[in-house]
Amino acid sequence: MQVLKVSLTKNRNISVMENNTFTLTKKLITICVAMIAVGIIAIAIGFATGVSGTRIVANLHLNNYYFVGMGLIGLFFVAVHAIAESGWQVSMQRIGEAMSVFIPVGGLLMLLVFLFGGMHALFEWTHEDHLDAILLKKVAFLNQPFFYIRFVVYFSGWILLAHLIRKTSRKLDLNGDVHYFNQLRKFSAIYVVFLAITSSTSAWDWLMSIDAHWFSTLYGWYVLSSMLVSGFSMIVIILFILKRMGYMSHVNNEHIHDMGKYMFGLSIFWAYLWFSQYMLIWYANIPEETIYFYERIKYFDTVFYLNLILNFAIPFLLLMARNSKRVFWILIPVAVVIFIGHWLDLYQLIMPGVVGQAEAGIGIVEIGTTIGYLGLFMLVVFYGLTKSSLVPKNHPFYKESLEYHTNY
Amino acid sequence: MNKYITAYYTDENDLIKGVKQIREKGHNILDVFTPFPVHGLDVALGMRRSRLTRVAFGGGAVGAIVGFGFQAWVFTKAYPLNFGGKPYLSVPSFIPVTFELAVLLAAFSMVIAFFIHFKLGPGAKTVVYDERCTDDRFLVLIDAENAEADEVKKIEKALSDAGAEGITYKE
Repeated sequence: MQVLKVSLTKNRNISVMENNTFTLTKKLITICVAMIAVGIIAIAIGFATGVSGTRIVANLHLNNYYFVGMGLIGLFFVAVHAIAESGWQVSMQRIGEAMSVFIPVGGLLMLLVFLFGGMHALFEWTHEDHLDAILLKKVAFLNQPFFYIRFVVYFSGWILLAHLIRKTSRKLDLNGDVHYFNQLRKFSAIYVVFLAITSSTSAWDWLMSIDAHWFSTLYGWYVLSSMLVSGFSMIVIILFILKRMGYMSHVNNEHIHDMGKYMFGLSIFWAYLWFSQYMLIWYANIPEETIYFYERIKYFDTVFYLNLILNFAIPFLLLMARNSKRVFWILIPVAVVIFIGHWLDLYQLIMPGVVGQAEAGIGIVEIGTTIGYLGLFMLVVFYGLTKSSLVPKNHPFYKESLEYHTNY
Repeated sequence: MNKYITAYYTDENDLIKGVKQIREKGHNILDVFTPFPVHGLDVALGMRRSRLTRVAFGGGAVGAIVGFGFQAWVFTKAYPLNFGGKPYLSVPSFIPVTFELAVLLAAFSMVIAFFIHFKLGPGAKTVVYDERCTDDRFLVLIDAENAEADEVKKIEKALSDAGAEGITYKE
């Protein structure tokens, strides 16, 4: 504690870069709103050309889940490093904080989809009058009142903790009081534990219960690892956009290198969990379990194999060398590949169960909606960035972050 | 190596400054012994990036190919057994062993390459240039095998200018 106080007084108000407040320009708002408009038009085209309502709802659900996950991981990025008392991430932790602003927005959209017809289209178990013997056994967990109670618990917890972490971080920036630093660590610890449980249970609720007859004990981790990779890739993409706009000049190759390591390592972690789930089901060969992969390999074979190539083979081979993790011209294409890849991963988790092979496909509706959601997400993140200085100059580890150096 | 000069520092920041000064004067530092890893010392010594990663990649690739190839040969040619009606060449079941062997050979190849390059390993003779470097001193070692008497003087001068202590010339 004494050491921390000395460090705080020594490293306060050190000279910072010129561009430390983010301004949301008209041009940026126009681009984001145009992207949202593309999304709305795509959905309208979908309705006009007779794309089934189920497919559109499943598509909205996919994007809701994907971008809420990004928000959660943005906050996780801040929280997990605060607990570990690491210093290097301080220079870019504002991006993570800004991403967490999307959690309530995504939550609202998700609630709207569930309330206005989404439940019956997405979840077979909501058709209470014709449940079979297996689903009747699961009614204690899979019933609508409890589903909404869990929904409220997840989002109130996430939104509250995100608010507290952002507020404490802003207060810490104001006067650099060590009290706020300790508070930040406390809230972060609560958030990480809360997310560890709720990321699994929410994945059961919103993804695994689509195929309500099937279950996998690894599913929660699998989805969390997918969220982690795509979230960290999103941080890199936002960092790149900000750097192109002339901000974040204090973030250098050393920080980018560590983000590259995260993308590389977590891609392997995702592949490990994918394989752990796949191989046990393949080996045991029990019909009620293999039906899940049978559907996906038989009718969604392109997405199924593309998923492995985009999310494992490409990041693994391209990011293996040290130097490729340190340059944006390799890191950004890989981040975009991972962004598309994990969207496809969610696609093959959701679509076979909800839409079925006859109707499912990737067309104007899917691509347009994703562009729309990306625009909304970016708009919210940019709005979040304007809320506080881009440079956390009073953070006790800010100086350490500037002088950070990594070899391998 | 029979002739060499050693000198020590007591602080790692002085060490890095001193090493830079000595190298600026054109004297080649053979090695530095430190009680803990010093950040930035490899840059100050002008060392190339380690090529151990290439050895690791080679070892890993060999391990993966051998692991997969051996299993494929055993389960299709040498001793085909039917497991649960699966095809003989069933790739998913080969992946764990392939992965493990890739990791194992990558690790082994790195350790062996490291031992060979630095002449370490079982039976290697340990040379202690100065006993103080086994405790808390940062020892700088300069090769003086072919140095004339006046050049040794020059090196010693450069060392003391750079703030090194305990300069000794050993034959």
